[in-house]
Amino acid sequence: MTARFKQKAVVLSIVLLALLLPFIIQNDYFFHIMTLSFIWMIGVYGLNLIAGYTGYLSLAHAGFFAIGAYSLGILTVKFEIHYWLAFFLACAITCIIGLVIGLVALQTKEHFFAIYTLCVGYIIYLVIDKWESLTGGVRGLIGIPVPPDLGPISFRSPVSQYYFNLFFLLAAIFMMYRIVHSLTGRTLIAIRNSEELAQTIGISTMKNKLVSFVLSTFFAALSGILYASFIRFIGPDISYITMTFDFLIFLLVGGIGTLSGPIVGTLLIVWISQQLQFLQDYRMLIFGPLLTLLIIFYPKGIVGGIFSWKMKMQEKKKRLSMSAKSATQRAEEG
Amino acid sequence: MEIFAQQIFNGLTVGSVYSLVALGLTLVYGILHIPNFAHGALYMMGGYITLTMMTKFGLYYWIAIMISMVIVGLMGVLMERFIFYPLRDAPPIQDKIAAIGILLFLEAFAQFVWGADYQTMPTPYGQVVSVMGLTFTMQRLLIIISTVVVMILLFLFLKKTFIGSAIIAMSQNREGAHLVGINTNKMAMLTFMISGALAAIAASLSSPINLVFPGMGHLVILKAFVIIIIGGMGSIPGAIIGGYILGFAESLGATYISNDYKDIFAFILLVLILTFKPTGLFAKGGHS
Repeated sequence: MTARFKQKAVVLSIVLLALLLPFIIQNDYFFHIMTLSFIWMIGVYGLNLIAGYTGYLSLAHAGFFAIGAYSLGILTVKFEIHYWLAFFLACAITCIIGLVIGLVALQTKEHFFAIYTLCVGYIIYLVIDKWESLTGGVRGLIGIPVPPDLGPISFRSPVSQYYFNLFFLLAAIFMMYRIVHSLTGRTLIAIRNSEELAQTIGISTMKNKLVSFVLSTFFAALSGILYASFIRFIGPDISYITMTFDFLIFLLVGGIGTLSGPIVGTLLIVWISQQLQFLQDYRMLIFGPLLTLLIIFYPKGIVGGIFSWKMKMQEKKKRLSMSAKSATQRAEEG
Repeated sequence: MEIFAQQIFNGLTVGSVYSLVALGLTLVYGILHIPNFAHGALYMMGGYITLTMMTKFGLYYWIAIMISMVIVGLMGVLMERFIFYPLRDAPPIQDKIAAIGILLFLEAFAQFVWGADYQTMPTPYGQVVSVMGLTFTMQRLLIIISTVVVMILLFLFLKKTFIGSAIIAMSQNREGAHLVGINTNKMAMLTFMISGALAAIAASLSSPINLVFPGMGHLVILKAFVIIIIGGMGSIPGAIIGGYILGFAESLGATYISNDYKDIFAFILLVLILTFKPTGLFAKGGHS
């Protein structure tokens, strides 16, 4: 009970800190980076659901991110549809494409799934890059609108953008929390641990995997849509495989299959990248080996590492108190 | 008709390169059951090392290729020792991610050392030959011939030598091979060595017609994956046949359908195949 209370207090204080941050720090550049991190985090949560909780490494994640971003961009710029309608439509389009691809992709397993989604991601990239009349090709789409004013609130200043994206991030985290702690979440973890076993106890694995996959594309779409209306320019490179690898690094550093992993990993890597700006294209010289070492020594990332360290400590304490107890018992008996 | 024959020839060239890359990939998959996502980076390194040996040290083309094969082969061995060996009992998602880490590192490394520019590799075989109305450069002819030679050598090695049979035995049943006294660790290292060398020779052969740049491995590795799925993961003849099928499909598709989308054919082919046969065509039985 106390542990649960403590956890709640920690979560609440972090949310409060995020809400109050604009009053403590007043720096537009800082808000730009933070807002971008929030947007990435939503996408990373999507990848976490399919790769971390369900055990299917989807390498088409950047593709869905881009489909979301481009759907919003094309609908608002070319067809001049109202922003919120386009927002909703973009989510729906991505989910439908995700559903169709998922129906086929999830027939495959393990390596085949990874390779299949890798190829799907590449097809999405090629289509965006070559279909110039629709997507603008390599030149990209310019002038994507920011969200329209909601009554007195305008979303033009960096601080309001910060709150706008923070709102969606919190909603996404809450949704993830509910999913993971629901029966569906448990089912997904069962599938990850052993698909055959899950099947033998009567779980419809295909249905659940599909739910997980479509939800993950939904998160990717949401992240892409927010990205498009935050940066206001999108090019085909956002669908490229390197983008998926970025998501993967954020997820793995933080902790794959954990709820707080995406937050920790994204914040950490984004800020380290900012510090290492002089490296620019060479940052992978550090992050590449980091990814490999992490997966060998800490496959559950920072959050997972902390968890297992805590568990060890608890066990040690238990053992100590046990031995102390038995010592006193022996002393009493003796 | 002439265009058709020319495209068949082009398909043969492209297919040869794909087959070599796919062979390396399928050998590793046969032994360790991991899709080596870093194989494309090895291919890229092979191209760069040959280029450096030729331009910086002024070595002859073939000697440069030999050195490149050895170096990239050793890189493969290091990868096996330090990454895939420690992860041999880990969940399958982990070795894929570890390989991706290596891929990212090698690409950044190449960009750091050689820059992001596209570079051309000089070749002593630049002359143009024309036979029966077909014109082609010697380099293209060379690719086809060298590939066939390499394939024959590999075949003889695997079928006629003791070590080769040990590798085949290991790909059939790892524990069984271990039980009859095959040193599985050594064989795994050797397989990675061969796989790296194949990637290096493929890159060195194709670079004079394609250009050398840090991202040159991306498309090739993706297509190699397509090939080994078409040909059956771990199957050696499958990789060769699949490579040529893809080569022909691409060069004919580029001429008769659309040049812009020629890279997409391979992936559509794969998506179609996996849609109807989720474990790939010609999947080997007995593996899980």
